[in-house]
Amino acid sequence: MKILVCISKTPDTTAKIAFTDNNTKFAADGVQWIINPYDEWYALVRALELKEKDASTVLHLINVGGADAEPVIRKALALGGDEAIRVNSDSRDSFTIASQIATHAKSVGYDLILTGKETIDYNGSSIGGMVAELLDMPYISLATKLELSGTTATVTREIEGGEEIAEVSLPLVVACQKGMAEARIPNMRGIMAARTKQLKVIEPVAVEALTSISSFGLPPAKAGVKMIPAEQAEELVRLLHEEARAI
Amino acid sequence: MSVLIYIDHADNQVKKSSLEALSYGSDLAKQLGTEADALILGTVEDDLALLGKYGVRNVYQVSNPQLNQLDAQVFTAVIADAISKTGADTIVFSGNATGKAVAPRLSARLKAGLVTGAVALPDTANGFTVKKTVFSGKAFAFVQLLSPIKIISVNPNSYSVKEGSGSAEISSLDITVPAPKVKVTATNKVSGSVPLGEAEIVVSGGRGLKGPENWGMIEELAGLLGAATACSRPVADSHWRPHHEHVGQTGLAIAPNLYIAVGISGAIQHLAGVNRSKVIVVINKDPEAPFFKQADYGIVGDAFEVMPKVIDAVKKLKGK
Ligand SMILES: Cc1cc2nc3c(=O)[nH]c(=O)nc-3n(C[C@H](O)[C@H](O)[C@H](O)COP(=O)(O)OP(=O)(O)OC[C@H]3O[C@@H](n4cnc5c(N)ncnc54)[C@H](O)[C@@H]3O)c2cc1C
Ligand SMILES: Nc1ncnc2c1ncn2[C@@H]1O[C@H](COP(=O)(O)O)[C@@H](O)[C@H]1O
Repeated sequence: MKILVCISKTPDTTAKIAFTDNNTKFAADGVQWIINPYDEWYALVRALELKEKDASTVLHLINVGGADAEPVIRKALALGGDEAIRVNSDSRDSFTIASQIATHAKSVGYDLILTGKETIDYNGSSIGGMVAELLDMPYISLATKLELSGTTATVTREIEGGEEIAEVSLPLVVACQKGMAEARIPNMRGIMAARTKQLKVIEPVAVEALTSISSFGLPPAKAGVKMIPAEQAEELVRLLHEEARAI
Repeated sequence: MSVLIYIDHADNQVKKSSLEALSYGSDLAKQLGTEADALILGTVEDDLALLGKYGVRNVYQVSNPQLNQLDAQVFTAVIADAISKTGADTIVFSGNATGKAVAPRLSARLKAGLVTGAVALPDTANGFTVKKTVFSGKAFAFVQLLSPIKIISVNPNSYSVKEGSGSAEISSLDITVPAPKVKVTATNKVSGSVPLGEAEIVVSGGRGLKGPENWGMIEELAGLLGAATACSRPVADSHWRPHHEHVGQTGLAIAPNLYIAVGISGAIQHLAGVNRSKVIVVINKDPEAPFFKQADYGIVGDAFEVMPKVIDAVKKLKGK
């Protein structure tokens, strides 16, 4: 069994969101970078659990990014995995990133490719589906559970108001979210081991971008809160009905 | 040249999020000076001609019952075929679970630029640029689509449904449906409750409620308002409430008309999932709780005293 986990680098969840260069660039100064939580907590940890069940499993991590992504990739390797691949590209276009992942995946022939459900910065929710299409593999998005039995996967995915369980044969692409696994903390042995694991850098293939970000903006600030004394809680209901017209 | 809107359905009915996509798509067609059509895969009991009320001319249907279950790979192949048969060049999805599964695949297949999480109509004056949410609702970006065919996936609850009069022409498309590789073996739905992602009103509880046994008042208020219930992450992690109710950065992101937060501190990761709500009400006993800074209405008080009063007032309002 060969598994590939797609790892992206995102600002820490508490990072201040601001933009520079005439609102065309994210203000990265002083920002802490982390592994995108969906990739770390769910995709990677589930892959590690599968490897623990079947020691013959080969587990690779891939990131499409610049050299500045390497500390985050090492952090992922400290949790586990045999080696990592970085495709040396700064592209922000989902199709370009997906094409790099698919090109590498084709050359190795993975049975299972795991992504997070979305990156918490660009919120694309796109890469998994694109990779699956480029590789002509089935795709399960918003997955909350994944079990393997031989070459058959049983996957639970979220749907509006509930969940759906499906059986699919490998190879398969799955986008992971909460439910898939419990977050882990890397231990000292993992951190030491990660230093000597291979981090291969490969050059990107030429792909024409389908999108480009022209600029960013921040939502307007709230007008301010209207406080209602606790003893007059019924007044809240009147305001919601007559002023806000929300109920 | 036309706009094609993908219509999603469940339990034999067209989904509300698809009506938003229809309104978005027909407004976009007007803006582009072209026509809007709808595409539905599988079968529903709803009268599809009525979708004309949302401004579409034709409803194309591929009425193979195999398409009542989602296999994103199969759907992509069928939709791509429908696009080439109808000559559409702008495709609109709702960014719901089905849209998230299918739109990216279609984008890769057609080499068509995709923007997900769109919250407004594109600016087409100079190129084709779509406003979308980024950083979990903390910011937005303007994304330019560079390809001849364009795909837009609209954030649920971001575009209001506009209903007019009119009736659509229904025509069936003859498309060969490939064999599915995904076999759905079970569907579990929480019956009777409003799906959180589509709810107009959401009543949500946090750790301030002390334990699962105190959720009666959250459920009662939600019941009275026809609202869905939600919770903060530690509440779901402690199994006080089911995981699908968890909202925030690592849970569901929602954008209801009204979000009522009871005993939730308003951590930045929680706000990331709810900050697109139109009206936010915060009930918290700590006047320093950060949530008040994001709220429209606030009450500083003990939830166990405040909630019964709110519930009584809503009962009076609703004549119950
Ligand atoms: C990477 C990351 C991702 C995260 N993702 C999420 C996420 O998606 N969603 C999420 O919710 N959190 C998330 N968190 C956790 C988040 O940081 C907070 O810890 C969490 O939101 C706090 O939940 P809470 O407000 O219910 O609990 P608390 O912070 O414990 O707040 C309880 C509140 O209740 C009030 N209170 C207490 N008693 C009463 C009473 N009797 N009446 C009224 N008010 C009362 C208190 O004043 C307090 O403000 C994430 C954290 C990290 C690090
Ligand atoms: N630059 C990247 N390199 C590797 N994987 C990525 C990259 N960007 C996104 N992914 C993966 O694709 C998932 C969805 O990302 P997105 O479609 O950008 O929201 C993420 O959770 C990652 O698993």
